[in-house]
Amino acid sequence: MNIELSEFLIAVAAGMVRSATPVLYATLGEIITERSGILNVGLEGIMLVGAFTGVAITYQTHSVGLGLVAAMIAGLLLGLFHALLAIYFQANQVGVGIAMTIFGTGLSAYLGMDYVGKQINTLGTFKLPLLSDIPVIGPIFFSHDILVYATFILVPLIAFIINRTRLGLTLRAVGEEPRSAAAAGINVELTRYIATACGAALAGLGGAYLSLAYAQGWSENITAGRGWIAVGLVLFASWNPFRALIGAYLFGGAISLQLRLQAAGLDVSPYLLGMLPYVLVILVLSISTARRKNAPSSVPTALGLPYIPQV
Amino acid sequence: MKGLKIAIVVLGFLFLGTNVLSGSAAGQKSVLKVGFITVGPVNDWGYNYAHEQGRKYLQSALPGQVETTIVEKIPESAEVERVMEKMIANGVRLIFPTSYGYFEPTLRVAHRHPNVVFECCGRVVPDNIKNIATYTPKIYEPMYVTGIVAGRMTKKNNIGFIIGHPVPLIIQDINAFTLGLRSVNPNAKVHVVCTNSWSDPPTEAEAAKGLIESGVDVLTMHLDSPITVVDTAEKYGVMTVGYHADLKQRAPKGWLTGEMWNWGPLYVAITKSVLKHTWKPGNYRYGMKDGYCKLSSFGSIVPAKVQLEALKAVSNLQDRSLVVFKGPLTDRDGKERIAKGKIADLQTLETMNWLVPGVEGVLDKH
Repeated sequence: MNIELSEFLIAVAAGMVRSATPVLYATLGEIITERSGILNVGLEGIMLVGAFTGVAITYQTHSVGLGLVAAMIAGLLLGLFHALLAIYFQANQVGVGIAMTIFGTGLSAYLGMDYVGKQINTLGTFKLPLLSDIPVIGPIFFSHDILVYATFILVPLIAFIINRTRLGLTLRAVGEEPRSAAAAGINVELTRYIATACGAALAGLGGAYLSLAYAQGWSENITAGRGWIAVGLVLFASWNPFRALIGAYLFGGAISLQLRLQAAGLDVSPYLLGMLPYVLVILVLSISTARRKNAPSSVPTALGLPYIPQV
Repeated sequence: MKGLKIAIVVLGFLFLGTNVLSGSAAGQKSVLKVGFITVGPVNDWGYNYAHEQGRKYLQSALPGQVETTIVEKIPESAEVERVMEKMIANGVRLIFPTSYGYFEPTLRVAHRHPNVVFECCGRVVPDNIKNIATYTPKIYEPMYVTGIVAGRMTKKNNIGFIIGHPVPLIIQDINAFTLGLRSVNPNAKVHVVCTNSWSDPPTEAEAAKGLIESGVDVLTMHLDSPITVVDTAEKYGVMTVGYHADLKQRAPKGWLTGEMWNWGPLYVAITKSVLKHTWKPGNYRYGMKDGYCKLSSFGSIVPAKVQLEALKAVSNLQDRSLVVFKGPLTDRDGKERIAKGKIADLQTLETMNWLVPGVEGVLDKH
């Protein structure tokens, strides 16, 4: 099979954008959640429930749109549940997150039993007119589906909201200094409920992307660890949406590259190639955190700590 | 205390995650309890689904004589030892640990329980162990036949083969498929992509897409479930050779044929031998003539001539006038692996770590 190097690289890059998108949604969601001071490591479970719900609703209604909305709602409800345990009951957030992962894995597997192998409508490719005709850039970025395009808007939008709006200031204040925020009249708990719910809704959407756009159906444990990667990418991104985009593209690019290198017949062990995405994430994580040793930390100060209002 | 509570909750969820499906209890004292263990969910339309069908067949074929249980989604770790011990404590006397990686834990459990019979799917059991047998149909025989069909149908002479892990069983399949393929189309090549997981549908979809982009026009796979690859191929207008399940209805445009297991009759035969006390340890391999593996139906795009050619190969395999791994066979580096006139023995087959000419792509160097 002789294909041009340029064609190969464009195919790798297009695969990168596709592979990165589900992880990117979950990462963006988690950035919002963690900026409010709530740590939700249960993304894996939430993505699974989102992936299942998307398939179930799409199968029942024959509408992918409704499936996606339902996946977001399912994520939102799980987010609210997590927030309830973390805020109202002040439970250990790591513990709750792990329980959520196991809960989501089991729930989606149990409810999903009847949906394995069901054929459903899937999210179709929609080439953006004009933009997809641009050489190189077009096939890489503008020949996918609407959920991929939505990330191009979502990333700057979330960054803008967090850094440049009153809403974002509220969010950051709650995550950094909840007591001061409360003194300034902000409802800390309500803000955290909303942030956790929104973040989980995005994770649910990321899960639905896997089942509705990618694999075109439900199968158990379809996320295969992508939720955990998203949790790691938030650290890599130091809670910055643009860096989340870079991190997700690195991860997706490594997956896409290693699969295509194998298809091209490169003589390297598939296990070594398979490690590539994870090694990259670990490497970049360690480099990016080491470099900032003396710089002020970007970790939200109140992250993971229960908020106890002063009485 | 809080930590303890969390641990209890987490453990509780862990147990909930494992579903135990029980067959009908016959309630007689002479009933033989038979236990099955699968690595994945039994509704995967694939490998584990086929075993579950076999168990159901066994349950209905020997009513009143057996009581079957299946425990699904057990990782290939010490966890499976725990499940087997639990089964034995519940009176199970015949256990089918159906996954490749269950073999080592089975050896340990079998050593502790000499009165329990274990039937492992694949692998080779040493002679001195008296309560383990291994069984598997030579699925590489139908693989050879599907290779013939793919060789006749491909126009680009490039076939994509997506696998989970490069273990000997899979390498047998790749080699058999390639031998069949090149028996009718010497220019065709097989491109192997390994996903490093028995089940990871998004990665399988991306692997399929990558292969299609690089110019293959037929895809096949050895994964727990064939669904994702078949769906992706159909979406992009590429032909598929399936595995485990007949997906002709699912891929009307691109379906060629596939390989299927037929565990039910084999499980009945094994169980009967245990009931009659004629069971013997050993390594049992069954060809197409035994009927425990077969070809699935042909897709509508496969011309009658090609179908006849494939069926001829099936009957040749059945009467042993055709043997897949028969010398002279060299690997892709030109080294002789099976001498002229020799037929590969069990050891050669079960430790196969070399690829025949025509296979492109990576496998661990041994």
